[in-house]
Amino acid sequence: MPAIEVKGLSVRYGDLVAVDGVDLVAEPGSVLALLGPNGAGKTSTVEALEGYRPRSSGTVSVLGLDPARHHAALTRRVGVMLQRGGVYPGMGPREALRLFASYYPRPLDPAVLLETVGLAGVAATPWRRLSGGEQQRLSLALALVGRPEVVFLDEPTAGVDIQGRQVIRSVIAGLRDEGVCVLLTTHYLEEAERLADRVVIVDRGRVVADGTPAELVTAGAGRSIRFGAPTGIDVAGLGASLGVPVSEVGPGEYELRCAPTPAAVAALTAWLAERDLPLADLHAGRERLEDVFLRLTAGAADGGG
Amino acid sequence: MRALVAQTAAELRLTLRRGESVLLTLAIPVGLLVFFSEVRVLPLPDGVDRPVQYLTPGILALAVMSTAMVSLGIATGFERQYLVLKRLGATPLGRPTLLAAKTLAVLAVEVIQVGVLVGVAAALGWVPGGDPAPAVGAVLLATAAFAGIGLTMAGALRAEVTLAAANGLYLILLLVGGMVFPLSHLPGGLADVARALPSAALSGALHSSLTGGGPGGGVAAWVVLAAWAIGAPLLAAFSFRWE
Repeated sequence: MPAIEVKGLSVRYGDLVAVDGVDLVAEPGSVLALLGPNGAGKTSTVEALEGYRPRSSGTVSVLGLDPARHHAALTRRVGVMLQRGGVYPGMGPREALRLFASYYPRPLDPAVLLETVGLAGVAATPWRRLSGGEQQRLSLALALVGRPEVVFLDEPTAGVDIQGRQVIRSVIAGLRDEGVCVLLTTHYLEEAERLADRVVIVDRGRVVADGTPAELVTAGAGRSIRFGAPTGIDVAGLGASLGVPVSEVGPGEYELRCAPTPAAVAALTAWLAERDLPLADLHAGRERLEDVFLRLTAGAADGGG
Repeated sequence: MRALVAQTAAELRLTLRRGESVLLTLAIPVGLLVFFSEVRVLPLPDGVDRPVQYLTPGILALAVMSTAMVSLGIATGFERQYLVLKRLGATPLGRPTLLAAKTLAVLAVEVIQVGVLVGVAAALGWVPGGDPAPAVGAVLLATAAFAGIGLTMAGALRAEVTLAAANGLYLILLLVGGMVFPLSHLPGGLADVARALPSAALSGALHSSLTGGGPGGGVAAWVVLAAWAIGAPLLAAFSFRWE
């Protein structure tokens, strides 16, 4: 049985359709990343799964239960990290973890958890005086203290420094290894690519792509060759020589609209070598996840401004 | 049960850790009691010759109001704003246990307040009379009433607005609550309005039960207290937004 199964989920606020027919599946011991621009419906989706948000239509199952009807039973088995806040401002990490531990029948040891998330050094510092990254790591620890089987993390690494992000990512990888199902939302494409077993890209409340990171980047393969060279090279001459359209997409960044075959790459490098032009970088074949994301959500950027 | 004990202890620790809360719930009542007992500027009701005899029941009423309405309301407002209440909704704690913990923490603070204030009053020469049992009943009813008012504000307004409104209401109810200034010295119309408020009803009930038939509110005070004790929590329950 999947840990999370969502079919045709819609969430409306009055006339605004925040989530419009979303399907999701996540297995135990896997990480699902929900990716999308601001306002795409990521948080509304997660909050419908957490039982906070009433849904307008669709079916939602978490550990085989409906979060809207079996909220109390799910609170014992599900861990939640809100996008912000959630902790008494005057309470330090140790005190907060001990308090939350008292809610659960079989909690983790707060002292061990403090070490795991790297907060042992600020264990007594009140929440309001912790840095943004420390607050996020405490929220993560609070989501885990009850030994959950499913964990919802809403932008767990937003506003977190690099060291903090690494701690959070290694904790998430550890959860997967222990068989926990993790659903996270993120803005960081490279985070989704590195952490997630499955990535779902949402835009304006709809799923626009769903697959493993490898599947998503291969789906867009065969579209172009990108390379870096000095600005202002003769793109018309290059295009004529290779017989494909060439454009300077950014200063010193060029794109050949052709299949990234070895022959095309050889012709390109030969042309550059004849003119003694340096090659700064070369990208042929698969798209980066960022390219997939931008291509699929481009409409939102145009319309949203 | 373990969660209730831990949550109550946490609520109590957080309350005692907030300097402004201790100022409001202990320092100001003690300060008013000592100042107006020693500096004889207050008008006194007929039949009372020493200020401490009149002040002690009224200051006890003020203490209850400061804890159950102001301190609880402001703290809960900020917990809502910081999404603490929302986050707790995703734990097995449950709202009934959370409310029970908050109630127990408020009662515990009131026990501390009564202990300190009665000790200070005794040192100032207060001689209690009457029967403490109705006084306890009045305090419990008033706690429910004031908590209902505080939580209604906390559940509907932004935390900063609750902070200002609760403190403003505290000052108004202090002035027209028969706590420091006798109701008999207020203009007639204002006194009538004041008697319908839980502050004057509580101080009236405490005056009559703790000074053995002193200036009190009679049966009317108990009716007013009971009505607020039922109505205000109901209003809070129906209007409260958890996030």
